[in-house]
Amino acid sequence: MRTSRTGRAGQYLALLAYLLFLAFPFLWLVSTAFKPPRELGSLHPTWIPKDPTLANFRQAFDEQPLLHAALNSLVAALGAALIAVLLATPMAYVMARRRTPLARAATGWVVVSQAFPLVLLIIPLFLVLKNLRLINSVPGLVMVYVVWALPFALWMLVGYVRAVPAELEEAAAVDGAGRLRTLVSVTAPLLAPGIVATALFAFVTAWNEFFFALVLLKTPEKQTLPVVLTHFIGAEGVADLGPLAAAAFLATLPSLVVFAVIQRRITGGMLAGAVKS
Amino acid sequence: MRRSWFITAVLVLLLTSCTGGTRESDDGTVTLRFQSLAWQEESVEVNKELVKEWNATHPDVKVEYVQGSWDSVHDQLLTSFEGGEAPDIIHDASDDLADFAYGGYLADLTDLLPERLKADIPQHSWETATFGDGIYGVPFLQEPRVLIANATWLKESGVRIPTPDRPWSWPEFRRITDALSGDGKYGVAWPLKEPVSATLNLSLSAGGQLFHRDADGKVTIRFEAGDQVVPRTIHDQANTDRSASPTTLGSGGSDTLPGFFGGRYAMVPLGFSYRQQIVQQAPKGFDWQVLPAPAGPGGLAQGVSPQTLSIAEDSPHQQEAARFIDFLLRPQNMVRLALGDWMLPTGTQALKDPALHTAEHDWATGTALAGHLRPAPAQSVRGYPEWKDKVATPAFQEYYSGAIGLGELRERLEEDGDLVLARYQR
Repeated sequence: MRTSRTGRAGQYLALLAYLLFLAFPFLWLVSTAFKPPRELGSLHPTWIPKDPTLANFRQAFDEQPLLHAALNSLVAALGAALIAVLLATPMAYVMARRRTPLARAATGWVVVSQAFPLVLLIIPLFLVLKNLRLINSVPGLVMVYVVWALPFALWMLVGYVRAVPAELEEAAAVDGAGRLRTLVSVTAPLLAPGIVATALFAFVTAWNEFFFALVLLKTPEKQTLPVVLTHFIGAEGVADLGPLAAAAFLATLPSLVVFAVIQRRITGGMLAGAVKS
Repeated sequence: MRRSWFITAVLVLLLTSCTGGTRESDDGTVTLRFQSLAWQEESVEVNKELVKEWNATHPDVKVEYVQGSWDSVHDQLLTSFEGGEAPDIIHDASDDLADFAYGGYLADLTDLLPERLKADIPQHSWETATFGDGIYGVPFLQEPRVLIANATWLKESGVRIPTPDRPWSWPEFRRITDALSGDGKYGVAWPLKEPVSATLNLSLSAGGQLFHRDADGKVTIRFEAGDQVVPRTIHDQANTDRSASPTTLGSGGSDTLPGFFGGRYAMVPLGFSYRQQIVQQAPKGFDWQVLPAPAGPGGLAQGVSPQTLSIAEDSPHQQEAARFIDFLLRPQNMVRLALGDWMLPTGTQALKDPALHTAEHDWATGTALAGHLRPAPAQSVRGYPEWKDKVATPAFQEYYSGAIGLGELRERLEEDGDLVLARYQR
């Protein structure tokens, strides 16, 4: 069935409108980051700053340790992504390939665990980490992020593993490959896009996370970027809008870069997990 | 090869992040951590300068500046206290201290502070940080709510310009905003995102009290004539006269500024420190001025919750922390802090400083109001936060939007409110 030219134009128009809707907050953020204070107080704001300035960026860097906080965020996010994937991949493989009642129960539990609200977890988590002397430490935060990301990462990866035909592994076995060789040479390359997508999910979740970092990190040298961003907000919610927008814009860049670099792999990974072959 | 390099790099980063700063010193130097909530550029600069000056003259007691945030201070402090990681010197506001004071997290400063500082700050300011028999914070900066006005507009309209000596009464204020309104313009834009504290604090001028303590110390709510003046004025401006913008009733103070600069509102009731934003953001040539809030039988009185400095109960160096607070709040330093935050100092000596009596940015108008500031009425009432969130905020919002009348507002504030407070007073 062919779509008419008008229908196609309508589809593109709807897509464009949707893209603008998604991009609006980000574009507004970029615009605000480059505006001088007088333009921020204008009754008729413009998309393009009339008198663009880098002063907001200078002020943001002068006032807050943004680079140090970004390094902490990077450590926490990379650590969480790496560990979550290392743990989730073998678990997902077993859960996908061994269709036992235990695997089914585990999958169900993973889904149920997603229903727990954050505030319900924070107090026991805080007490556990306190006993382990992991309060106010980035490794402690990484641990929390891994636990937080693991159920969903596992759930995603189970789908990806199921999408890899078991027949390929059987063929490799028939050709004389051992279990390890099959996993490394046959399964792992096919699973790579799914692993990358999962790692990216864990990375972005940890990079943007605020609440755990606020509660668990106490000293400024440990604080992550989302926590430091709140320092631009004063009493009664009054914000130092220019520097806040500049810092928030910089904070979004790593996620954008990561997405841009591995976009094709993610798409491949998502498609691989989407349907059963 | 590249993969193993990546994993090694992450592990190294993780391990290096384990090593943090320490407060121990081999040479006996004490290190105090001072968590400041200063957030504006000038204010952060002054705080850091003062810490630097202290460190230069006190080699035995080093102070580390730690940046906190107003946005999350309560949760952050609570978990810091629980985790044994609280800073030694804590910057906060008096209305946030009750839980920490009653919870035993803050040191009683009664015997720690020098007489000079105790005598310098008026008793009504100390009352804002007094809980039970102890003093748990030093109130040092405060700000009245004032009317920031479009000076040109007011001058052209010919209305009487109020001064701290001859302020407007509440009925006069209503008449004037009505006279200034029309053609899509409003005499006033009330930013009432937080309607409860604004209403209660301003109601002191009309003789409002709302919370009444009986002989047993139990608090009940009575929404009497004095309590009704301010809410009724705002309600009538927004719903009867149409002299108050209905769209800003749910907004924060900053949200009203574009409309104010754009000539849509003649006046905006804001905290005194908003002048800093106005100076930064106002279009060139925009003429603005600070006017006192309207007065009533209570004169220019209004409630405030000053910024405070406290000491953690767990701090092993409370004496040294008190010495640092005393240094920070010497009159000339208190003036620097006040100027940096565009607020008023509580100290009587600091308030005499000529820098706070200049006509520039209307410092003099604000300073003239300092003597009228009183503790926010609800501050010492146990259960106030719950009453505010569950009862008062929705009730005031509905009243100001015209959805309910004064009778229902009173009923909800009193009956629902007393039920909430009763649970805290058993």
